[in-house]
Amino acid sequence: MITREDVEHISWLASIKIEDEEKDKLVEQFNSILEYFHQLDEVDTENVQPTYRVVDLANIFREDEAFPSISLDQALQNAPRREDGYFKSPRIV
Amino acid sequence: MEDVIIGLEVHVQLNRLKSKMFCGCSTAYHNSPPNSHTCPVCLGLPGSLPVINKKAVEYGIKVGLALNCKIEEETFFYRKNYYYPDLPKGFQISQYDYPLATNGHIMILGDDGAERNIRINRAHMEEDPGRLVHAGTIDKAKYTMVDYNRCGMPLLEVVTEPDLTSPKEARAFLDKLKSILEYLDVFDGSLEGSMRVDANISLKGGDRSEVKNISGFKGVEKALSYEITRQKNLKRRNIKVVQETRHFDEIRNVTVSIRSKVGAHDYRYFPEADLAVLRIASWVPAIKSTLPELPDAKRERFVAQYSLADDHAKSLTSEIKLANFYETVAKTASPKLAAVWIADVLKGELNYRDLSIESFRAEHMTEIVQMLDNSQITEDGAVQIIRALLDKKGDSTSKIVTALGLGKAEDDAVQKAVQEAVAESAAAVADYRAGSERALNFIVGMVMKKTRGKADAGEVHRLVKAEVERV
Repeated sequence: MITREDVEHISWLASIKIEDEEKDKLVEQFNSILEYFHQLDEVDTENVQPTYRVVDLANIFREDEAFPSISLDQALQNAPRREDGYFKSPRIV
Repeated sequence: MEDVIIGLEVHVQLNRLKSKMFCGCSTAYHNSPPNSHTCPVCLGLPGSLPVINKKAVEYGIKVGLALNCKIEEETFFYRKNYYYPDLPKGFQISQYDYPLATNGHIMILGDDGAERNIRINRAHMEEDPGRLVHAGTIDKAKYTMVDYNRCGMPLLEVVTEPDLTSPKEARAFLDKLKSILEYLDVFDGSLEGSMRVDANISLKGGDRSEVKNISGFKGVEKALSYEITRQKNLKRRNIKVVQETRHFDEIRNVTVSIRSKVGAHDYRYFPEADLAVLRIASWVPAIKSTLPELPDAKRERFVAQYSLADDHAKSLTSEIKLANFYETVAKTASPKLAAVWIADVLKGELNYRDLSIESFRAEHMTEIVQMLDNSQITEDGAVQIIRALLDKKGDSTSKIVTALGLGKAEDDAVQKAVQEAVAESAAAVADYRAGSERALNFIVGMVMKKTRGKADAGEVHRLVKAEVERV
């Protein structure tokens, strides 16, 4: 069961601010999503190999060649804040 | 120190590659302006797709084999999710279960002087995060500036078992690892930030702390020493060590708690669906056949082939460039004499000046060893030539010999000086005849003065003794 604390922790991990009144709604929604997925537990998977991927592709590579990068202006064009060619972010520890 | 338990996670940039792990941005970003080596892939822009650098995988296998690991037949990438500005995508492409290489080991010199086997848990591939520049120290900065030039650099994380028992052994492990990586030509340790270390430390029976992101080998020794003292002090006061993540403050030489709220399960690893699996079992034999002679094997060969002392062989093989330098010299000059002069003298003079072996030419060393071998210069003269070359006071050994008057005195001149000195030292000769062997030293000193130090002291001693006994 997802609790209010779980929702708060997940919001912190994702760095997304959730208002107090939204939290109960999200607890409910998270639980209903999990419950929905729990239906899969009813399938008998005895003797079935775990599947990581549905497409059987392997060994897709590129050669080790360097190509020109984009310009500094292009790199920073979506940055809300910048300084001396750096992206600027809030203080994080 | 037998109660200290250390395990390391070493992040190694495969910086001999030309391009990043999943995009074509150049790896040559050092000394470039920030964010000048980026593209939609390494900036994590929506719609961009990573493609694996084939050579990075080959390099990873190479390292795995050199660390005596088993290479996984099928390996793949995961998303390691955490939200931090050094990762623009909000996750790092890394590996989780089925990493590239597992269960290896390398030998290091332990604190007791004996060889110790250090087990390698695994080596896995991942992308380097960007670089954060804090305005001020990490705990006081007002904001953070981000440079994504490093983001996406091909990284290999080498994880040891907790087999190390002291900061010195941790250092020995890192030295050995660096040596192997440079032998493999997959890594240049001279580039800033090319090897970064996370260390797990505990006292026997206690909980462990993890010190993150230590750069520099000296930093590792210092951080570990500090952390061990801190834990021992807590233990003495009966305070439990808390399992936590700490940051090493290089300026204050202390570790500080960073009170991370992210637990291992918060990374929510899941398979990276944008990348196909790697089936690489068939690559292994071919890559194995390209492995060069590694440090331990080279050291054994040097001992056998050149009859070197083990200490000299170890010192000369610690760096591939030094080993190659030695072998170039030993081709045309006395191998034993070359070993002594390179390992004991040249290496010291280089270290003193903080220079690498590339600052000295093998031809110069060959000439010096040959001149020594032919008794054309004295040992003191050889040291002076090495210093003059390093300090750029000349670039030809023969010109330096002439300029500094380092040529050994001709035998006639030495013989003449010996005769004069003996004739002028009646008292010392009498003392010698009365049984004082030391009296000869006085006469030898006179000869050295007369020849202005260009004669070989050992030989002068022999000549003086013969002359005293003759007259």
